Amino acid sequence: MPIFAYLAMPVEGAKEILAAELTALPHCEIIPADNKDILILVTDAPNEVEERDLQDKLQKIPSLQSLSMTFGCSDELQPERERGDHES
Amino acid sequence: MNLDRRSFLKCAAACSAMAAAGSIFPGISFADWKKQEGASGMLTWKKAPCRFCGTGCGVLVGVSGDRAVAVKGDPNCSVNKGLCCVKGYHSVQALYGADRITTAKVKRDGKMVEVPIKEALDIVAAKIKETIDKHGKNSVAIYGSGQWTIPDGYVASKLFKGCLGTNNVEANARLCMASAVTGFMSSFGIDEPMGCYEDIDHANVFITWGNNMAEMHPVLFSRMLANRKRRKDVEIIDFATRSTRSSQASDKSILFRPQTDLAVANAICHEIIRNQWVNWDFVNKHVSFHKGKTSIGYGLEDKFQFTDQEEPLTFDQYKAFLDDYSPEKVEKIAGVSARDIKYMAALYGDPTKKVTSFWCMGMNQHTRGTWINNLVYNIHLLVGKISTPGNSPFSLTGQPSACGTVREVGTLTHALPHGIVANADDRAMAEKIWDLPAGSIDPKPTYHTVEMFRALDRGEIRFIWIQVTNPMVTMPKLKRYREGAQKEDRFVVVSDVYPTPTTDVADVILPAAMWIEKEGLFGNSERRTQHWEQIVPPPGEAMSDTWQIIEVARRLGFEKQFPWSKDEYIGKLWEEYRRFHDGPKHNMAPYTVLKERSGVQWPFVNGKETRWRFNAQYDPACDKGRDFHFYGQKDNRAWIWARPYEPAAESPDKEFNFWLNTGRVIEHWHTGSMTMRVPVLYNAVPSSYVEIHPDDAADLGVVNGEMVKIISRRGSVTMPASILGRGAPPKGQVFVPFFDERYLINEVTLDAFCPISKQPDYKKCAVRLEKA
Repeated sequence: MPIFAYLAMPVEGAKEILAAELTALPHCEIIPADNKDILILVTDAPNEVEERDLQDKLQKIPSLQSLSMTFGCSDELQPERERGDHES
Repeated sequence: MNLDRRSFLKCAAACSAMAAAGSIFPGISFADWKKQEGASGMLTWKKAPCRFCGTGCGVLVGVSGDRAVAVKGDPNCSVNKGLCCVKGYHSVQALYGADRITTAKVKRDGKMVEVPIKEALDIVAAKIKETIDKHGKNSVAIYGSGQWTIPDGYVASKLFKGCLGTNNVEANARLCMASAVTGFMSSFGIDEPMGCYEDIDHANVFITWGNNMAEMHPVLFSRMLANRKRRKDVEIIDFATRSTRSSQASDKSILFRPQTDLAVANAICHEIIRNQWVNWDFVNKHVSFHKGKTSIGYGLEDKFQFTDQEEPLTFDQYKAFLDDYSPEKVEKIAGVSARDIKYMAALYGDPTKKVTSFWCMGMNQHTRGTWINNLVYNIHLLVGKISTPGNSPFSLTGQPSACGTVREVGTLTHALPHGIVANADDRAMAEKIWDLPAGSIDPKPTYHTVEMFRALDRGEIRFIWIQVTNPMVTMPKLKRYREGAQKEDRFVVVSDVYPTPTTDVADVILPAAMWIEKEGLFGNSERRTQHWEQIVPPPGEAMSDTWQIIEVARRLGFEKQFPWSKDEYIGKLWEEYRRFHDGPKHNMAPYTVLKERSGVQWPFVNGKETRWRFNAQYDPACDKGRDFHFYGQKDNRAWIWARPYEPAAESPDKEFNFWLNTGRVIEHWHTGSMTMRVPVLYNAVPSSYVEIHPDDAADLGVVNGEMVKIISRRGSVTMPASILGRGAPPKGQVFVPFFDERYLINEVTLDAFCPISKQPDYKKCAVRLEKA
C-alpha cells in the first residue's frame, strides 16, 4: 500500500483547475494552501501496479507544473532495524 | 474511534508535506486541512508544548479516538506562531514505536521478567528502605532530566531532599545548562534570561556563539531569517568552531580554535574600551567589576572540590587585565583575524544597532563554561545592550524543561525550589511548605552528576533511580560509569518509554507514560511555563514518572506529603509549588490560567507577564525610580568579571592529533531513543557518522562512508566518515553526533568539567584517527 505526499505546483493561474483535476483522479486527496499557489497531494494507491498507473496519469495533467515528493511509505521500504539489541 | 494504520500514514504524509511547504514558504496556511477529517476519522485538536528541545514550540495534536495522529503548529503560541520543525511535525509518531515498554520488569536470576507494576513499585520502595538502613541516607539517589515535567522534578525533590533527607538529586540538565546557571548567578545573582524571543523581532545584529541554531533551534533560526528578509537592516554572524547549516545561512561565518572564545570575548571588550564605545551612563549606574580565582583545574580527579573567591576590581584594573587581549594578540591564540575581532566589537559598540547574542551547548559544555557566559555578559554590559527589546545576551536551553524543572524547581544537589540547601531560610521555607519537621533537609550538597556516577562506581551510592534520560549513552568517559552501574550490590531502577543502553543495566524497569499520555508542565528558555492535559492514554501499565514517585513515597510512609488523587494531583502539585516563587521576582501563573493559554511567562504579576527583566518599564520587581535594576546581586548591579583565557583540559598532541567535538543533528533528539523509532526521521539520518575535513580524509585514505576508528585515551569507536556533508570541521578537527547508540562516542570523550558549574565539556578532547 504505497502512500506518498507531494507539494504540487500549478502552472501560473491554474491552481483551481489543478485542484479539480487531481481530485478527479483515483486514490488522490488534496489540501490546497489558502494563501499560496500550492497544493498538498496525498496518494494512497492500493498496490504497486495502480501506483504506477497513477504516476502515469499525474504526468499527463496539463495544469501541473511540478511535483515534489515529501513523504513515501510502502511496507517493503520500512527499516528492518529501528532499534538496538537490548535484553529487555 | 480507532484509526487504522493507513489513515495514520496518510496523516503523517500530509504533515510532512506541510512541514516542507512551511520551510519553503514562511507563513503558508492550510486551513482546509480539516477537510481531511473525513479521511482519517474525526480529529480533535489539543494544545501542548513540543516534546523536543528547549524552544518550547506550541503544537496542536490531532487526536482520533485514543490515538494521536497529526501535529500542527499552534498559531496561538507566540514562540512559534504556527510553525514547527521536522521533529515537531513527526513528534506523535514517537509514541508508537513497536518496542514500547508497556510493563514493568525485574531482574531475576540474571534475566528481566515481567511483573505487575504494583509489584515493581513495592520492590523499588523496599530497596530504598533496605539501602538506607544498611548504608545511610546518602547511599540512595535519583537522576532525572530536563525532560522531566515540572511535577516530576518537584515530587522527586520533595521525596529525596525533603522526606528522605538526602541531596542526592541531580538531572541531566547538569550536562547541558549548568554553566548557564552559574553564569547568570555570578553575573546577575539570579537565574534565567532577562529577554525573550521577541528580541528576535527587534535586533539588528545576531551573533551566535558556538551555536548551530539552524539545526538545534530551527524555529528560532527561521524567525531570525524572516526578520532579515523583512527588515533589511539585520545581519547574522556565526561564530563557531566548524561550518554548519547556520554558517551557510549567516551573513558572515567566523571560525575560532576550540576553547579560545574566552580570548575573543575579552578582545571584543578590549576594543570596546579602546574605541570609547563604553556606555558610561549605564556602566556607572548599573555595573560593578570583579575577579575570581584562576588556574582552577578541570575536575578530572574524584572528589574534586572548588569554590570561587570573588574580589572587587576598579574599572582601571579591569582595563589593565584586558591589556593581554588586544585583537592582534588574540589572533595568535584564536586563529581569528584581528580584523574580524574588531568587526564584531564594532557591531556590539555601534549605538545605533540592537544586538542579540545566542548560545547554547558550545558555551555551556566548556571547562570554563561559567567564565565564557560571564564574558559575553561583559560585552553587553559595557555597551548597555541588555534588558531592552532587541538587546539581549540570550542563553538558549536544549531540553523542553531544563529551565522549568531543573533550574526553577531546583533538581540539582545544591538547590531547592526556592534557593539552596545551604541557606537556613530556604530550607525552612521548603520544610514548611512540605509539612516536614525542621531539620529534615540536609544543609550540605552531595554529588553533582559526574561525581554522582563516580560515587556509584566507588560504592558510596548503592541505589539509583534514573528517569527520562539515558546516561549510559550520554555520560562522558562512559566505560567507567557503565561498569560502575553494573557492579555487584548496585541497584539501578530505570523509568523509560523504550529499551536503551540504560535499561540494559537496570535491575527494575518501570514503564513510563510519555509526553501527552499524561498531564504536565514544561518551562522553556524564555521563562515560559506551558501546560498540557492528558491527551491520549498511556499503553499497558505505563504510568507518569510523577505518579511512580508518589506511589513509592506512599510505600515509604509519606502519605501526608503526597495525599492527592490521580485526577487532581498535577493541579494540586502546581499550586503547592507556586508558593515557593510567590513575589514579583518569580511569581508563576495559576493553574487555571496555564490551562487556558499556550504558555505564560514569569514573573506573572497582577495578571501580566514580564517580557524583559531588570528593566523598570517591564519588570514589576524593579525598584521605583530606576531605569534598570539588577536586583539579584547584593549591590543591585550587574557584575563584570575579569576571566582569563585558559586552555582546554586536553588538547591535540603528537599522539592524539585531532580535536573531537560532539553534538546533535536536526532530525534526532539527544540519544535517538525516540526519534530513531520514527520511520521518517530514521530514514532521513539512519546512523551517526564522523565529519572529517577532506584533506584529513585524504591523508587517512578514506572516502565518504568508509569506516574510521576514533581513538582517545579513554576508548575507541568505529563509524562511517562524512566528508563535506552538512557540517564541515576545519583541518585537525572531527565532529560526531551522539544520537546513535550503535556508535557510542562517549566511550571516547573526557569527563573534565567546569569547576564552577560542574558541567562536562563534550566539545573538546584529543583523539587520533585510523582507517578501519
